[in-house]
Amino acid sequence: MYKIVAKRELAPKIYLVGINAEEVAKKAKPGQFVILRLDEKGERIPLTIANRDVKKGTVTIVFHEVGNTTKKMGRLKEGDSISDVVGPLGNPAEIDKYGRVLCVGGGVWVAPLYFEALALREKGNKLVSVVAARTKEHLIFEKEMKGISDEFYVATDDGSKGYKGLEFLKDLIKIQEIDRVIVMGPVVMMQTVAEITRPYGLKTMVTLAPIMLDGMGMCGACRVSVGGETKFACMDGPEFDGHLVDFEQLIHRQRLYLPEERISSMLREKLGGVKRG
Amino acid sequence: MDKEKRKHAVPMPKQKVEDRIHHFNEVALGYSAEQAVTEAQRCIQCPKPECIQGCPVEVDIPAFIKEIREKNFDEAVRRIKEDNSLPAICGRVCPQETQCQKFCVLGKKGEPMAIGRLERFVADYERQKGVAVQPRSKSSTRGKVAVVGSGPAGLTAAADLAKLGHEVVIFEALHAPGGVLVYGIPEFRLPKKIVQAEVDYIKKLGVDVKNDHMIGRLHTIDELFERGFDALFIGTGAGLPRFMKIPGENSGGIYSANEFLIRVNLMKAYMFPEYDTPIRVGKKVAVIGGGNSAMDSARSALRLGAEEIWIVYRRSRKEMPTRIEEVENAEEEGIKFKFLATPVRFLGDESGWVKGMECISMRLGEPDESGRRRPIPIEDSEFVMDVDTVVIAIGQTPNPMIQRTTKGLKTTRWGTIVVNERTGKTSKKGVYAGGDVVSGAATVISAMGAGKRAARSIHKLLMRKKKHAQSLRRK
Repeated sequence: MYKIVAKRELAPKIYLVGINAEEVAKKAKPGQFVILRLDEKGERIPLTIANRDVKKGTVTIVFHEVGNTTKKMGRLKEGDSISDVVGPLGNPAEIDKYGRVLCVGGGVWVAPLYFEALALREKGNKLVSVVAARTKEHLIFEKEMKGISDEFYVATDDGSKGYKGLEFLKDLIKIQEIDRVIVMGPVVMMQTVAEITRPYGLKTMVTLAPIMLDGMGMCGACRVSVGGETKFACMDGPEFDGHLVDFEQLIHRQRLYLPEERISSMLREKLGGVKRG
Repeated sequence: MDKEKRKHAVPMPKQKVEDRIHHFNEVALGYSAEQAVTEAQRCIQCPKPECIQGCPVEVDIPAFIKEIREKNFDEAVRRIKEDNSLPAICGRVCPQETQCQKFCVLGKKGEPMAIGRLERFVADYERQKGVAVQPRSKSSTRGKVAVVGSGPAGLTAAADLAKLGHEVVIFEALHAPGGVLVYGIPEFRLPKKIVQAEVDYIKKLGVDVKNDHMIGRLHTIDELFERGFDALFIGTGAGLPRFMKIPGENSGGIYSANEFLIRVNLMKAYMFPEYDTPIRVGKKVAVIGGGNSAMDSARSALRLGAEEIWIVYRRSRKEMPTRIEEVENAEEEGIKFKFLATPVRFLGDESGWVKGMECISMRLGEPDESGRRRPIPIEDSEFVMDVDTVVIAIGQTPNPMIQRTTKGLKTTRWGTIVVNERTGKTSKKGVYAGGDVVSGAATVISAMGAGKRAARSIHKLLMRKKKHAQSLRRK
């Protein structure tokens, strides 16, 4: 069992949890993920590591209540335990001295982006950061990202704060010397950014979190086409060159279990939950 | 016993087809004590028994059968467990027909002894009454061994080393121990409570099992040595699914057998939504491949409500690597077979879901390196099958994580680890390996045999180390 030692609500339905997992904390690097299973009947879900504290032996996860499991996780309190935490899984993100790096994060993904941005900065990179969300209420880690960035922008889908949408990036990369782009966010957002940078041949790395069961190469559910080749996000990624990823296919594959997700959620919410025990 | 009677084995009681296709309960029900004794009486107790040579773990088969004949069931189990720590599992999933039973002299004129069924009977007898574990002898040569992977190879190596008095820690990457026994083989062939019971027995021997530890990511092999282990056994199996690498393969509704079976077995998707993990099975299912995973996937799909299930295999019935018993069970249940055909591309609908499969017909040519006749595509023989679910069960390869992260570990171009066949010793000092990670996908029992051989050589190594340390101290 893995104990929840901290929990905070960062934005509506967006939570940060610190989980006691000493060995995972020691090894965790930016870009890697853990697989969680809440209880005996729970599913296994991948979540990107948002930080770690080696001294305290904790890993930090930030999640949005969207599916069945994240909704259940939202109800857990400090002191509660999670049945399984496996990790760190996936390959660490490539961290090197690139020069000026454009970091774009969307929604809950800003948290793991911050973890990676910290490492990039430590390597001596200059950071131009964009923190994005649906509305200004959903923005997280603004202060943290601003604190380590040389230039900082905010964008929201509805324009309630900062730029409206990510169109402004087109101008930004025209006038700025950018050496590398890293994007962490919803699939559609990563696709949008990759399309914006494509004409400039600007290396754009995306971090994928497709449906996974084991997260260690066994099921192949996380397969994604990269440069025409099938790759496993868990073994070959999760960071890939955004200009090579087949996003359309990825979006289809992300939606495979939406009907079942709805059944689970409906049963749990409307009928007071499925019998467990 | 008269000659005519001796020709026929006592048949295995099974659930009726019309019942069993609706749920995941075990199909074979097992012998009663009476049936077991009757079957045991058929054994003629050869002075030079050949069955033993067909057993990768060298169980003294005539000895345990003799005990069953005399109704000494406790003694019968004890005799088996001297050589085999997982009899309830082996009695169910070993391909006895190509191993011990193949050598049985009764097989020359009639049916061979039903050795597997008898093994299963005594193992179940013991489990039902509660397993007694003899106190472990604390040897003076006690060493500390890490076992990576808790499948058949790892469990066997761990059990044997614990029996020899060593401290053993198993590192399992998934959330439950058992490897392929829990994620691969369905409940209707091997109930999970049986695996749990066998794992519990191994824990009682003093073995510590750590779940959620993916070696290669969490710790490397070298880091395990730094943590004070004297030797290491790698039994990480063949867990990576093979795909066909043909167009449309990433459409929705196309699973690897691994994904399909992990959802069903490990995650219990057949109990969705009580269990959280879903599985989607349509009306018309095609399973590609001819091995046990193909049979298991097809029979699982049936139980999940599919109306029509085809096993599509590129060779003919004779070349299928699965057990005959499994083909019979599948056919009884109404699974259909399409031999000498293979898909060349998958067709998807506008939402990205598979709706059809273009296949090509094959004919058989000369035998290839596997000894089976090679399938050759017939030109212009393409045809389309309407399907809404596909399971690709064309084999697995070893998980590369440990191989990638361990310096000095020699591997083949297929990603398997190179070992000395007799000792299980790898090219890296103190590291042994066995099971599918060495042989490529094979059987539970051959993996157990490898685990056993490795345990023996690890024991020798630890004894030598200890002696060496003692002599140094004396100096």
